[in-house]
Amino acid sequence: MGQGDRLLLTLLRCSALLAGAIVLVILGFVVRESWPALQELGTRRLFSDGSWHPAGPSSEATYGLGPMLAASLAASGGAVLLATPLGWLSALLSVVYAPRGIARLYRGLLLILGGVPSVVVGFWGLVELTPLIGRLHPPGQSLLAGILCLTLMILPTTALLSEEALRQLPAEQLKAAALLGLSRPATVLGVMWPLARPALIGAVLLAAGRALGETMAVLMVAGNVIALPTSLFTPVRTLTANIALELGYALELHRSALFVGGLLHMALVGCVMALAWWLERQEAYG
Amino acid sequence: MPELSPQRVAVRSSWPRGFAPIAILAALTTLSGCGRQQGQRITVTGSSTVAPLATEIGKQFEQQNPGWRVDVQMGGSSRGIADVRSGSAMVGMVSRALKPAERDLKARTIALDGIALIVNKANPIQNLSDAQIVGIYTGKIRNWREVGGAAAPITVVNKAEGRSTLELFLEHFKLKAPQVKASIVIGDNQQGILTVSKDPNAIAYVSIGTASYEATHGAAIRLLPLEGTPPTLAVVQSGRYPLARPLNLVTRPDPTPPVRRFLDYASSPQVDGLINKQFFVVPRR
Repeated sequence: MGQGDRLLLTLLRCSALLAGAIVLVILGFVVRESWPALQELGTRRLFSDGSWHPAGPSSEATYGLGPMLAASLAASGGAVLLATPLGWLSALLSVVYAPRGIARLYRGLLLILGGVPSVVVGFWGLVELTPLIGRLHPPGQSLLAGILCLTLMILPTTALLSEEALRQLPAEQLKAAALLGLSRPATVLGVMWPLARPALIGAVLLAAGRALGETMAVLMVAGNVIALPTSLFTPVRTLTANIALELGYALELHRSALFVGGLLHMALVGCVMALAWWLERQEAYG
Repeated sequence: MPELSPQRVAVRSSWPRGFAPIAILAALTTLSGCGRQQGQRITVTGSSTVAPLATEIGKQFEQQNPGWRVDVQMGGSSRGIADVRSGSAMVGMVSRALKPAERDLKARTIALDGIALIVNKANPIQNLSDAQIVGIYTGKIRNWREVGGAAAPITVVNKAEGRSTLELFLEHFKLKAPQVKASIVIGDNQQGILTVSKDPNAIAYVSIGTASYEATHGAAIRLLPLEGTPPTLAVVQSGRYPLARPLNLVTRPDPTPPVRRFLDYASSPQVDGLINKQFFVVPRR
């Protein structure tokens, strides 16, 4: 190892250490802030309370996070369910079927879509989308509106990363498929899909992480009522929307309970990441 | 060395995303405690209804008093109270009268505001009694037909927990938070006005000042009278509007001379123009 290598290694180690430390500090901070609520209410009340009225007198206050957890899962899950096939198919179109010029134009459009700020998507959803849904089933601000806005926001992530995954497939394998005289559909299903699967699933999980973390657009279109997502037309409040709506106005136990919501959200993202890691291992050893 | 496949990098990089706001917040809460002491600096925190007015007053005050700085941060009336008590702010903004438990602080009323019920402009309803409003907000009346309107389900818009507009509304109609059956929960006044202007069947309650301003600037909303009292700024000033509230600046009972100077300025006729511009009401002095 040369001098420069050693310097670079030290630099890299330091920045990795810093990045890791920041995550730990944030985790520590969130745990510290949520501690009073965890201690005073216990995890059971945070889930068994059916509603969320944390600001009233303490004898009547309720701190149920369950409906919001369910809403977060439903909104992100719905968006992933919609964006995954769309994203994969659009990547396939770009890489295999579309002429080069059109593929490039399409990619540019996706990049622009990915750059639209969430507050703009939310504004569009509130002004254009929710009145349309409202005509079908009032009030319009609903889980469905949240899912559609989230889909719009994570579609570029899924599509562009999937496209990248397909482009990086080894050329020899594709040439071999062509030499064998495989049809395009057969090449896609028999050669490309098995090879690109880990990266394609990775793209979906990254999009899922983004959907879970998204706040502003959902806050503006999903209605924010504390309710279990029993139908697509129920107004719901996600964990992130709850924090954004109330943190500025919350004190003491209310504030602490909001941090428990944040902790829960962190755990949720952690689960998604663990799933990604597990799938990767399955691919590597299976 | 493990291979760096694209999805590995991608998955890792998504980690801190959702928590950036919390991290920023963490940084802000740590920083807000340690202000510089050089020069004259007034820190103001609290109600998001008062904050725009306080910011304008602060700007004008800074112009007329070179070297002074007024820092305004919003975060709800309760935060204003808590920050003044803990000493992390000199002045708290509170958009309601002080409660009996808050008598340890001193309030100075700088403006008046009222809360008005608003409906979509297309809604034919001209009047709702208090009983009807309670019925609508508790879910006993679910269709506009039942109060003399068109046959359409009512979209009940409520405010999120912790906001003093919600507290005042509940107190006036003698309701408790869990009794309200909302179709939509909103954060600030703007979101409420936007929601009502886009939903012909919605009803919401927002600051009269903000609502009058938006209504005169083209938002498709109409303000409803409350028990026959029209929701205008003139009526609020006369003291006859039932759902009115003072916008207060609160301090400890013995404010320092610089703080007192700012309070005196904020309750002097020099800020009347700013109060009118924000569609609030100048209090009787």
